[in-house]
Amino acid sequence: MNSKHVTVRRTIYGCFSVLAFSLMACNSGDNSTPGQMAEKTGDANTLLGAGSTFVYPLFSKQFSEYNKETGLKINYQSIGSGGGILQLTNKTVDFGDSDAPLNEEQTQKMGVPVLHIPMCSGAVVLSYNLPEVKDTLKLTPQVLAGVFSGKIKTWNDPQIASLNSGVSLPATPIVVAHRSDGSGTTNIFTTYLSKVSPEWNTSPGKGSSINWPIGLGGKGNEGVAGLIKQTPGAIGYIELAYAVQNKMAFAKIQNKSGNFITPTVASTSAAGNIQLPADAKVSLTNTDAAEGYPISGFTWALIYQEQGYNSRSQDRATKLAKLLWWNIHEGQKFCEPLHYAPLSPAAVTVAENILKSATFNGKPILQ
Amino acid sequence: MKPIKGFSLKKVRAESAFKRTLVIMALVMIVIAAGIFLTLLVQSLPSIKALGGHYLSGKTWDPVSDIYGALPFLLGTLLTSFLALLISIPFSYAIAIYLGEYNPKGWLSGFLKNIVELVAAVPSVIYGFWALVVLVPMVRAIETKVGAAPYGVGILTASLVLAIMIIPYAASLGRELIRLVPSSLKEGAYSLGATRYEVLKNVTLPYTKSGLFAGLLLSLGRALGETMAVTMVIGNTNILPTSIFSPSNTMASVIANEFTEADRTVYLSALIELGLVLFLVTVVINLVGRMIIKRFTNE
Repeated sequence: MNSKHVTVRRTIYGCFSVLAFSLMACNSGDNSTPGQMAEKTGDANTLLGAGSTFVYPLFSKQFSEYNKETGLKINYQSIGSGGGILQLTNKTVDFGDSDAPLNEEQTQKMGVPVLHIPMCSGAVVLSYNLPEVKDTLKLTPQVLAGVFSGKIKTWNDPQIASLNSGVSLPATPIVVAHRSDGSGTTNIFTTYLSKVSPEWNTSPGKGSSINWPIGLGGKGNEGVAGLIKQTPGAIGYIELAYAVQNKMAFAKIQNKSGNFITPTVASTSAAGNIQLPADAKVSLTNTDAAEGYPISGFTWALIYQEQGYNSRSQDRATKLAKLLWWNIHEGQKFCEPLHYAPLSPAAVTVAENILKSATFNGKPILQ
Repeated sequence: MKPIKGFSLKKVRAESAFKRTLVIMALVMIVIAAGIFLTLLVQSLPSIKALGGHYLSGKTWDPVSDIYGALPFLLGTLLTSFLALLISIPFSYAIAIYLGEYNPKGWLSGFLKNIVELVAAVPSVIYGFWALVVLVPMVRAIETKVGAAPYGVGILTASLVLAIMIIPYAASLGRELIRLVPSSLKEGAYSLGATRYEVLKNVTLPYTKSGLFAGLLLSLGRALGETMAVTMVIGNTNILPTSIFSPSNTMASVIANEFTEADRTVYLSALIELGLVLFLVTVVINLVGRMIIKRFTNE
């Protein structure tokens, strides 16, 4: 009997120590020895990346082509922009990719300067389900803000009708569809609405998930597209590539110069043909470019400016810089077939300069 | 005699080692449950500190201005789960009684039993997909008739798909229990001239009621935590529901939707706290259920 008690007690102690270990393990997640994983999991010929799901199809294509040319393997995990930033902060990947620049808290957590290198841009289109309307609808920023905040309730509202003279609009109520998951697409669209509507800017504002005043949420582009296709009178925002591949109707949007622009790869590229700031951390929404589609944005590869951290080899840093250099030059030709907008010439120059500012132990990596 | 003695000592050792292994395995479960709870608690501390009790009573979930109120999701979870349970009860009990009492043997019974078990094994994303394609247009037709906003997605749709998903749990357990009712009891009742229905009503069901209730708890637990199928058809709206046709949101689907892009400490922590609340809701419902079972059994 006694020995039985001892056994039980010992086992309980054992279990508690396991518990303690598991707790320690979960706390150490944030400050695990930096760089360890990148060095351990990857042999010298494999680079690790993580982040945006939006850019994933393009990266897959680019990286497999680059692998054919140079033999370098790149393992990119599309876990979402936020996840990619977190992985880079923990230094478990060589590069991240995000559809939005780092916010203040994220920058602070990184501690050291992080370079934002634009990779390509993408457009967000407004798709709708009005079977009786055959012409492409024209919409203005004011109407968009009105629809998504619930102030414009039916399709035959005078504000929509006056823009589309000659089109007979039905009295169908408008059903707004938005993304339910946190997403760079939402970030681009809400940033745009915040720029064009001061009321939207106050509330609900911009972000990758926001407090939508009305509407239904769908998970992913396919979720929103499903809601639009199924619900008569629905309108929602999805990525250009998704809308084109699924042959969905989408609207022409009036840009800052007053032109109604059909979203295409060309008009999205044109949106980036503006005077960019030196760090490229800029939202392309509501672009000044006269032929540019107003709802688009960059996706950025993120790397530490100083690549000589955690006993990384110079070789690894050089490989990374060369890969990204290739991405913004030769790699750009893979954009258009996949409905991504290649960087405009102005954007390529800015990206080159940013990449050249990357250093290894204080010395520039690329000459 | 010596070799035999040594042999038996070995046997005793093996016996105690085996027992120890069993105890450890069982305790590991406790450690895992406690570990999950503590992890959730520790990780949600930033949110608890920032928001306090307002977290549970708040109606606004606004990541942009860092305001997090979980009430709409708490309500959405409870509404869909209990509504699903209500819808599923007639079906699961009918199946349990039919397979346990009326038709316990034969090919039809075996076939039905296998189908019910198959329904439990279908991945939830398939239910979600089916609901989106089939249920949503049906619910939309109903909504058009009664004059509600014809979204098609919402609490009713989510509850319907959940109900189908949880039927097998209560049905399978109920069937097993009904078959375990001692035949002497039933035969006694029959010999007193009771009809089949009277035996069912006065012998079988009273004998198995705590077990049948436990089956419901199992179903409810499944409904509370279901994520994928619900996310696809509930409408994902952070507004308090006004009717069963309203789009809504559940705690599990908010976590699944927003976790990947939660980019600030408080936001991430608020989502983890949502997990903690879901964990606690499940525990409370199980405890209450257990108390009810105890009362049933003591009668």
